[in-house]
Amino acid sequence: MTLAGHLLRATPRLVPAFLLLPILAGLTGTLTTALQTPGVSAFSQLAHWPGLIPAMRLSVSTGAISTAAALLLTLLITATFSSPAFTLLRRLLAPLIALPHAAAAIGLAFLIAPSGWIARALSPWATSWTAPPDLLTLHDPHGIALTLGLIAKELPFLLLMTIAALPQCDAPRRLHTAAAMGYGRITAFWLTTLPALYPHLRLPTLAVLAYAMTNVDIATVLGPTLPPTLAVQITLWMTDPSLTQRSLASAAALLQLALTAAAILGWLGLERLAARLRHAVTLRGLRLTRLDRPLHAFTAASAILLCATLLTGLISLALWSVAGLWPFPDTLPQSLTLTAWSSAAPALSATTLTTLIIATTATAAALILTLASLQAEHLFALPPTALPWLYLPLILPQICFLPGVANLFLTAHATGGLISVTLSHLIFVLPYVALTLTAPFRSWEPRLATIAASLGASPASIFWRLRLPMLLAPILTAAAVGLAVSVGQYLPTLLIGGGRVTTLTTEALALSSGGSRRLTGAFALLQTLLPAMGFALALSLPRLIFANRKAMVAT
Amino acid sequence: MNRRDFGRWTLAGAALAARPVWAADWAATQAAAKGQTLYFHAWGGDPKINDFIGFLGKTALDRYGVTVNHVMLAATSDAVARVLAEQAAGQKTGGAVDLIWINGENFAAMKAKGLLYGPFATDLPNWPLVDAKGKPATTTDFTLPTMGYESPWAMAQLVFEHDSAKLATPPRSIAALKDWAAANPGRFTYPQPPDYLGVTFLKQALYALLPDTTILQSPVDDGYDGSVAPLWTYLDALHPHLWRKARAFPANEPALGQLLADGETLISFAFNPGRASAEIAAGNLVASVRTFVLDGGTIGNASFVAIPFNAQTAGAQVVANLILDPELQARAQDPAVLGFQTVLNLAALTAPDRARFDALHLGVATLSPADLGPTLLEPHASWMTKVAEDWTQRYGVAP
Repeated sequence: MTLAGHLLRATPRLVPAFLLLPILAGLTGTLTTALQTPGVSAFSQLAHWPGLIPAMRLSVSTGAISTAAALLLTLLITATFSSPAFTLLRRLLAPLIALPHAAAAIGLAFLIAPSGWIARALSPWATSWTAPPDLLTLHDPHGIALTLGLIAKELPFLLLMTIAALPQCDAPRRLHTAAAMGYGRITAFWLTTLPALYPHLRLPTLAVLAYAMTNVDIATVLGPTLPPTLAVQITLWMTDPSLTQRSLASAAALLQLALTAAAILGWLGLERLAARLRHAVTLRGLRLTRLDRPLHAFTAASAILLCATLLTGLISLALWSVAGLWPFPDTLPQSLTLTAWSSAAPALSATTLTTLIIATTATAAALILTLASLQAEHLFALPPTALPWLYLPLILPQICFLPGVANLFLTAHATGGLISVTLSHLIFVLPYVALTLTAPFRSWEPRLATIAASLGASPASIFWRLRLPMLLAPILTAAAVGLAVSVGQYLPTLLIGGGRVTTLTTEALALSSGGSRRLTGAFALLQTLLPAMGFALALSLPRLIFANRKAMVAT
Repeated sequence: MNRRDFGRWTLAGAALAARPVWAADWAATQAAAKGQTLYFHAWGGDPKINDFIGFLGKTALDRYGVTVNHVMLAATSDAVARVLAEQAAGQKTGGAVDLIWINGENFAAMKAKGLLYGPFATDLPNWPLVDAKGKPATTTDFTLPTMGYESPWAMAQLVFEHDSAKLATPPRSIAALKDWAAANPGRFTYPQPPDYLGVTFLKQALYALLPDTTILQSPVDDGYDGSVAPLWTYLDALHPHLWRKARAFPANEPALGQLLADGETLISFAFNPGRASAEIAAGNLVASVRTFVLDGGTIGNASFVAIPFNAQTAGAQVVANLILDPELQARAQDPAVLGFQTVLNLAALTAPDRARFDALHLGVATLSPADLGPTLLEPHASWMTKVAEDWTQRYGVAP
């Protein structure tokens, strides 16, 4: 075997090792910080925090409920939507996914706040409110607003994953067969297509579950404050100016880790229950055609509501970015101004370029590493044991291990440069790219390779000329996801870059920490624009390239 | 002489002793600074502040050949954490942070962990212009003597804000505030401790509620539980009348300011007497907003710049000195630019420099220095920590 061959064979092990090193260093840092407390141990300090139980409960309930709801809606949409409706939804998908989490949350908050857009539109003529009512529509102690925000933001991601995986599932023929046997549309999808589809969605769903439990952006804007979710509290402790709460934060981070792991195990248990239910329905031969109409109506209503909410939120941000004085209960601003845009302008060109360079480099590296690992696994028939380790960064709250990662870079005297920042982004881009690409890659029809080989094609040419082109759609989707993930990174850019590498997101967060909706709006739009273009390309290119190969495009 | 006075006394002695070598030393510092490229880590949440730092950098380059890059932070502790990590990694020179905008807890933490270069502040050529006597907060940062490890550049004072169109005569004491809140439920709140502005409100309440407020200047002692009890009695009575019945709190100063702008609250407060005027000018607040202070005074403190141990110290000192230049101080006090109160002693300035300050228009909602009333010193930092901790124990879980 050539050197290149050996290298390829080693990739599935080298790549996770490369990723695990900084993460383990980070976690070790967290663990030692948690253990080295002067006086009272960090864990007993944590146990004495009165918010501990409610914060844990909140993390689990908002995370699990929003994930379950988002997944269920995704599946219902896939099962019930006619193809024109689906096409429309797919077109909306790009801006919805690209919208940064914090911006989506701020947009939603402005809609549903007692002084928000909905209340303004109805006041005072319908509500007779001249001042905003004192209602707890945001930050409610049960996290209802937070759960809704998470569903709205997670649904587009899961839908995108579904669209990428669907062509591998042979859905139309399965559905036709089931329909011919008298099954209702939803039951047919559930009993025949879902078993093929869900394995592609399992990892994305778990990543969503972990994200929903550990996110800080959305939970800060929409979530309860007394107490906040565990992840938000960890961030508050970690960034406490006195530096005395770091061990407490580290102890809580370890708890968060255990909580996330437990939730994932619980989810896998639920999967088994759901499978049993499916078996029972299959064995009894239930057609359940009556479910179709009400569930279709419910799905359509929910999808329209969620899309409308996100889009209205995005529009409200755009309007805020040019709004002059806009007091309650005015439905529209009293005047328009471009101050936010003109103060954002100087940063634009240089910052956008830096952001783009980092994002494209990290994404390209992630694509190459993922494809090489998958191809090696396939060529050398390696067991798929190494790749799952890639997902570790997705289930760990960033704030738990990033300070440790930053220390590692510092010790290696590798901070402050573009390369270091790109490497740190790779830690988070790689898992998402792998996540998006693994299932479509593995489920590629192997008989095509057999045919090609029998025609004399080498494994290399099968890879380059057959497999890669056929996987264009998922590869582009993975690239768009990777781009969006990189553009959105705040903490790694700041900690590893030492503040010397400025991206749209570091700029946006620093500016919007001043609370100006105008600047938040302007930067949210800018932050949305780059990934949105990526997603638009990823979703439209395959349709152009495969214009004469209809089966290559998801319907 | 108490301990704090002693600290200030010895500091003055040190400054006097250093005086003869100033000129030569400073020329050397300026020479070393020339051509340096500095990273000034400062909170980046306010475009006006960012513009001012941009102007500072331009002036530093023009006058001294020092390039200043503003690293915009979302939280100062991010930069503190960075320096701490560099110390842990043994990086003794070429650190990421050359100059940092800092005060209070961040300063205490950096000083305690040996992360700061100094003392340098009292050796700066512009130091004699600083009103260290009239503005004791310029040398005492949350009761911690600065000992020359940080140099002041702006004064801040707690002022309350109200919409005069909806509320003509606001309550002017902590007790009256509670009665007003009871009569106007849901229209007042404060940022959730341990946010610094939220804790500042609690400290302001302590000044009004404690029979003996001098204990605030010493670390909390065994009598703490008894002495702080009136605060909890007060809050127990106030909370049912707060915004959202105290089941949620705004996160920080910007979030609190947004509530006033949205009309959700009628009384707000900020740590910058010029904030309301600036926000009116920027079109974020209605023009009828005015500011007021409480009878007996409100808490005030200073903002500082400090230099980490592994920074480019020459350039950093040149910039720290430049911010004290009367021209830049007057610019910072201009409400159209920043609206920050100067740290300088106007009486110590030359006539042309004083004229720069006299020419300023304060802005529609800003109180004159006379109307701002007395400044209360920040309590010892241990009060902030303890009160915030106990607040979380008592009110940290929504009923």
